[in-house]
Amino acid sequence: MAELRTETMTVNMGPQHPSTHGVLRLVLELDGEVVQSASPTIGYLHTGIEKTAEQKKWQQVIPLVERMDYLGAQSNSLAYALCVEKLLGLEMPQRVRDIRVLIAELQRLGSHLIWLGTHSLELGAVSMLFYALRERELLLNINELLAGFRFFPSYIRIGGLREDLPRGFHEAVNAFLDRFPRKLDDYEGLLTKNDIFLRRTEGVGVVSQEDALAWGLVGPIARAAGSDYDVRKYFPYTGYDTYDFDVPTATEGDVFARYRVRMREMRESVKICRQAIERIAPSGTWACDDTRVVPPPKDKVYTEMEALIQHFLIYSQGFTVPAGDAYVPVEGPRGEHGTYVVSDGANRPWRVKMRAPSLMAIQALPTLVQGGLIADVVAVIGSSDVVMGDCDR
Amino acid sequence: MDAPAIIDVLSPLVSGTAYEAARSVDFATIYVPPDRLIATCAALRDTPALGFNVLAEMTAADYFPRDPRFEVVYHLLSVPHRIRLRLKVRATEKVAVPTVQGIWPAAGWLEREIWDMFGIVFDGHPDLRRLLMPEDWEGHPQRKDYPVQIRKAVQTYEALEVSEEEFKANLERDRVKRTMH
Repeated sequence: MAELRTETMTVNMGPQHPSTHGVLRLVLELDGEVVQSASPTIGYLHTGIEKTAEQKKWQQVIPLVERMDYLGAQSNSLAYALCVEKLLGLEMPQRVRDIRVLIAELQRLGSHLIWLGTHSLELGAVSMLFYALRERELLLNINELLAGFRFFPSYIRIGGLREDLPRGFHEAVNAFLDRFPRKLDDYEGLLTKNDIFLRRTEGVGVVSQEDALAWGLVGPIARAAGSDYDVRKYFPYTGYDTYDFDVPTATEGDVFARYRVRMREMRESVKICRQAIERIAPSGTWACDDTRVVPPPKDKVYTEMEALIQHFLIYSQGFTVPAGDAYVPVEGPRGEHGTYVVSDGANRPWRVKMRAPSLMAIQALPTLVQGGLIADVVAVIGSSDVVMGDCDR
Repeated sequence: MDAPAIIDVLSPLVSGTAYEAARSVDFATIYVPPDRLIATCAALRDTPALGFNVLAEMTAADYFPRDPRFEVVYHLLSVPHRIRLRLKVRATEKVAVPTVQGIWPAAGWLEREIWDMFGIVFDGHPDLRRLLMPEDWEGHPQRKDYPVQIRKAVQTYEALEVSEEEFKANLERDRVKRTMH
């Protein structure tokens, strides 16, 4: 009998695959069930947001950047607002800084909940998705309360916030913070010692600390591999240095380590939220007092000529930003969300670039899945927590 | 560390390089001549006093009609020393910039994206293809002289046309291949 001929098989995964988190396409070279190589193709969700931003006034870019990473919307707009404020040389009042911290942490919780739900769904724990979405619904309700928009509130503005906190905001946030830690215990009870979950995640998709940093995976992926790099601690912004919280790390660098890091990150976020909501007075200042950037209060617009003129100037011509460039990173749910902004001194940005943590994660994906099983590819994509809107922009 | 301090550390390591500190509002910014970029980046990463082990972000900006029109911008991060640094390299459509993929593998896709969006060529890049735009796209959209409101004709690939004879021949060839061994 002639010797059996063997050859590798090329399998196309995506772009419409339920576990590619949007429209990611992977071409897998398989030897049986073992992945020999993977080559990702991206760009299916490219919408030219950075080019569009160059045609818009400075303040009109906020809703655009929120649509990049649609799960961590407000960490995009926070990074952009901080970046423009750095060029303008603006300092925010303490209350604005605390509200921004609170919003950023609630956004992280919301994003991590989607990650938790979809990641465990893909590994077979289907009911987790419904539990995670149930809690996220409360966060979306808080967004709706804030700005009338659940996904992309555009509540963070250049120069402060859109308006003061609504009535009932403190009650809604406190109710969520009281409820959520017990729910987190429930989630962990379902997954952390679950034998099926452990077998699917332990020792899968391992990345070392050096590799994670070299591939630019700064964020939960590097922290699960032993790095303690967190923008909130290393380069504190908007007053994070005045909050008491820890940066969870793990050393294994596998899918399970990334799960543990994100779960503990949620507990730390709850801790930060509690401190923030205690500091925030129910009503008070919601923007800085720079009249170039912040529209005058409505009652003045209706009664004072100067305020009316200023109002129209801001909304028809926009404001100008001194020429120069700045890069401001914030710690988003997926890692370092940075914004690089170039101004030529006009009322429109010359260049806006967002650092996309998902792009870095997908770039490094082939090295993480090589030599593993095809079923593990799904686990690794899930644990990288990629958002294609962030990746393709 | 501000820009002059970093240049002081770098200059003896990469001899004969004209570094240029630039004004910035956030952290140190240094202009690097393209031919010394690789040596500079290697020194930045490997010198223990600097330790820039992460290429956090890399992008370009088009300053058309200035000449040279492009600036390639590297945002480096030193995790051990908690410092950031911005490198800038001036480029044109003709003058290529060397790839830094050998120093930080993260540069691979970022350079592809810059090629895609600006048309800046990276010398020595093993796989310089478009990243976000379709492969058959014409032009580089992030250039300032790229028209903004254009309508392009819908591009479709031609349907695969196989005659009946070819189809049968394909099937037969496949069958023979499978039964050969």
